Formats: sequence, C-alpha cells, structure tokens
Amino acid sequence: MIWNETKECMSRDELTNLQSARLVKLVDYVYHNVEFYRRKMQNIGMLPSDIKSIEDITKLPFTTKDDLRDNYPFGLFAVPNSQIVRIHASSGTTGKATVVGYTRRDLDVWNECVARCMTMAGITKDDVVQVAYGYGLFTGGLGAHGGAEKIGATVVPMSTGNSKKLTTMMVDFGATAIACTPSYLLYISEVLEQEGLIDKIKLKSAVCGAEPWTEKMREELESRLHITAHDIYGLSEIMGPGVACDCAFHKGLHVCEDHFYPEILDTKTLTPVKEGELGELAFTTLTKEGIPLIRYRTKDLTSIDYSKCECGRTSARISRFKGRVDDMLIIRGVNIFPSQVEAALVEVNEVAPHYMMIVDRVNNLDTLEIQVEMNPDYFVDEIKGLEKLTQKVGHVINQALGINAKIKIVEPMTLKRSEGKAVHVIDNRKIY
Amino acid sequence: MAKQLSVFIENRKGRLGEVLSVLKKNEVNILSLSLADTTEYGLLRLIVNNPEKGKEKLSAEGFSTMLTKVLVIKIEHKVGSLQMLLDTLSKNDINIEYMYGLSTEGTNAFVVLKASNPELAEKILGESGINTLTTEDILKL
Repeated sequence: MIWNETKECMSRDELTNLQSARLVKLVDYVYHNVEFYRRKMQNIGMLPSDIKSIEDITKLPFTTKDDLRDNYPFGLFAVPNSQIVRIHASSGTTGKATVVGYTRRDLDVWNECVARCMTMAGITKDDVVQVAYGYGLFTGGLGAHGGAEKIGATVVPMSTGNSKKLTTMMVDFGATAIACTPSYLLYISEVLEQEGLIDKIKLKSAVCGAEPWTEKMREELESRLHITAHDIYGLSEIMGPGVACDCAFHKGLHVCEDHFYPEILDTKTLTPVKEGELGELAFTTLTKEGIPLIRYRTKDLTSIDYSKCECGRTSARISRFKGRVDDMLIIRGVNIFPSQVEAALVEVNEVAPHYMMIVDRVNNLDTLEIQVEMNPDYFVDEIKGLEKLTQKVGHVINQALGINAKIKIVEPMTLKRSEGKAVHVIDNRKIY
Repeated sequence: MAKQLSVFIENRKGRLGEVLSVLKKNEVNILSLSLADTTEYGLLRLIVNNPEKGKEKLSAEGFSTMLTKVLVIKIEHKVGSLQMLLDTLSKNDINIEYMYGLSTEGTNAFVVLKASNPELAEKILGESGINTLTTEDILKL
C-alpha cells in the first residue's frame, strides 16, 4: 500500500521540477519573512532571484542547531504567532530549548508525511495503533498520533511509562500496531513474555524511531513479536517523526522528498558527496511555513540511494544511520550532549568537573552511569554524607538532562585524562 | 579525644593495598581500623600512630582523606559494659554515627566511636567517670 502514489511514485524528473519550484518559492519566502536568512544572504551578496532551480541549493548558507538556539525562542519563525497553532521543543545543551512552531498547514503536511510512513509499515484505517512515544513538547507522541489519525486508524494515546497498562490494553483492545522507540518495544516484548501474553497479542507492525537502531535489533523485534518493524526518522527542527521511513523491503528509509530536500555532505568540505557515499545529512524544508529551514545540518551520518525501490516508490532512500558528526547521544529517546553534564556538574562544589558517561543497554533499556570525581576538599567520612552527595549530583543531572542517571562518585584524579580531545563517553550499546 | 584518619576508597581491586602501602612506606602504624562498604565505594577509618603524617602522605598520592575527632573509650571486658556506655550517651541525646573496636591484650576493651557532638560526649562521659583516650594514650597501651 502507498498512501500518496502521486507524490511518492512520481518520476525523478517531475520530482526535481517540483523541488525546484518549491525551493525558488521558499528562498523568496524566507528572504522576506526571516531576518536571519535575509542577513545571511545579504552578507554573501545573494538575492532570491539567484536561486533558479534545486541545483542552486549549494549556493545557499547552512543552518545549524546553534542558529536555532541563538534565535531562541521564536527568532527563526517566518509567521507571527497568530498563525502558529502548535509549539514543540527539544532539550538544548545550555538549558535553552530548541523551539519550533507549526502553522495549521504545517501540521497537515506533518500528518501527511507520518501517514505515508505508517502506510509503508502496512498500517491502515482498520488498525488499532498504540502510540507509546512521550506526549508533550517532544514531537514523537503527537507526531505519530496525528499521522495515525490521518490514516483513520483507531489511535490509543498510551504515551510512555506504564508498561503493564500498555501490554494489558494491547491484548484487550486487540492492538495491531505500535509506535515507540525500538528499545522500548524490546522491553515491552519482555514484559509480554513475563506476563504470558505473547500469544494473546494481535500486533503485526511497529513504527520505531527517535533513536538509532540496527538491523540486528529489527530482526530481534520481528522474531520476538512476530511483526514487521519499521524505522521512522525525523527531527523536530525539520518536522518531527515522518521525515523518512523504510518500506516492506527495508532497503533504506524513503524520504518525503517533496517536502524535505535531502543532501549528503562531505563532513570536512561540506560539499555534496556522490550517491552512495557516507556523509552528513542536511535538509531543506521545501514547504514549511512556521519555521522554514534551509540546509539544516542534522549531524547524522548516512548515505543516499536515488534508484527506484522494489515497492514502487521513487523517493530517495537514506541508509540506516552510521553515527553522528557531533557527540550527541540519544538515551531512551532523549537527545543528550556531554556538555550538558559538564555544565550541571560545575554547579556542585563537592565534585570535580571531571566525569565519564557510561551508556549501556541492560534488559533492552538504555542505562546511563555518570562517574564523577570527588573534590577532596569536600570529603565527608560518613556513608550518609556520601549518599547525600550522590543524590545531589543525581538531582542536578536529572534537571539538566531530563532523564535519571546512576551516579558513581570516584576517587580524585582517577578518571582518564586525555591530552587531545577529551573522551567523556563510553557507549557500549552498539547502536550504529 | 583522638584523631581518626578516614580514606575514601573505590571498590576496585588492590585499592586498599595501595593505601596500606603508602602508610607502610611512611612508617605510619595502624592501631585499629574499620572498613565500611557500599556497592560503589568503601570508607576506611584508621587509628594510626601519626594521623597528620598519614593524611599528608595519602593526600599527596591523590587519596581523599580527612581527620575526624573520635572518642576512644576504655570499657571493661564484661557483659553489659558497652550498653552502659551507650545509655549514658543516649540519655544526653548524643547519637553515635559509627563505632568499632580497638584490639588490645588484657582485661579491658576499647571502642572507637564517632558521636554526633564529640565535645559534649567527651564532657558527659568525663562527668560519669569514663575517660576518653588521646592518640598518645593509645600508643602507650
């Protein structure tokens, strides 16, 4: 099944023409409505009329997460708030969130894209879909919700956090599809096994995203739950989930290319690489009204394939992600930068700002341990004092990251110092 | 009052041995010790012949150390004597943070205890005719 055959299966030439027309319109739109882009273009002596087709996109400047942060909260919005109907935000490195706004039409486009992705996963109006992403500022919950509703499926807005209720309802409601992070789904499969419910479920499909995962993980989910599992990709800056998803053939993630123009860039020169070569993924939002972004650098590493897929879709496919350009970690679906930990620890005098983050996956759930060195001047020789300190550090870390971490106080001067680029993270999860 | 040398030790192979080796190299003699353990770390509490020197040398080797005032009290080696001591403190609302024994030969026993208010505890015990020992006293035992 294909949700929008006209758009998803149009010839590459037609698509290129559509992208060109949309880019020309977009550049004119941002030039006149977003001061940030007008200045950037003026600085390089560029006018909207210099952009004549999609090939001219390389003449345009890049946009980064820092640009969004520097223009916090609404600086990059192209419309007044009277036209914004929804705000989402993701956590930032220095306490400031990255804020995005959607017009009503943006939400329609978003729902359309998620509907395409869910259709790739075989979901139809006859399905009962449990959405087990977090609902709130995070785009996962409401994004998946909107797309599933658009299809006409029966949507169960579970959100996260109550696995027993989720598995009970999965059986009682006869849920046939689920949208959640892949690690959470693996955890759910274990709960189902423990409760002896695994043979009672009707699940047939899962749309998993918000964190990188491997083919091996997909095979495991599929064999444990007897389903097909699909990788849905997105980021709030561009839209949220629904930017790309893999079809039944699982040979890369189809990008909703008529709305989001992908480029794969050489990580050093930032010039486009050849088809099939690894590079940093950048997106230009061709149709977005609220916060249109030009050449937004995702920092995700992937490659692209423009050949027609066996499923019939002509949209380009990006490969499973091979890593990140920066040091961002995705733990339990939450984006985390080591610098956030550093900034939080500086506030606690009793510990030195030397730390090591150890990320692992235990029983299919991400774990984060933060080892931090004691400051000898603040040593207390009572267990309760040390426990209090551990709790204090745990609290500031939770405030900064939005997730709980296990805190381990270690002896001064024992964490590895490096002479070059500091190594603050040991990730044992093998997710790429 | 005596000074206790406390050392923070991570639960890691050979770490206790390293503390002892620093003390040995610097001829700091251990008279008593207690090791409190949690899953992540341990707290080594020592009564030594020269706590200041022990602290200095261990700190120089990168250990987190501190000196804590503790009461070293002689009690009779007989049933109920420890309880009598604790009763005295308890009646005066003094809590015991932790406590351990100090081994000696002979008819008397010694306990090392960290009280919530060491000065007050020392005074109260003194008034009840219970003397507390200094590091120097211990060395003469």
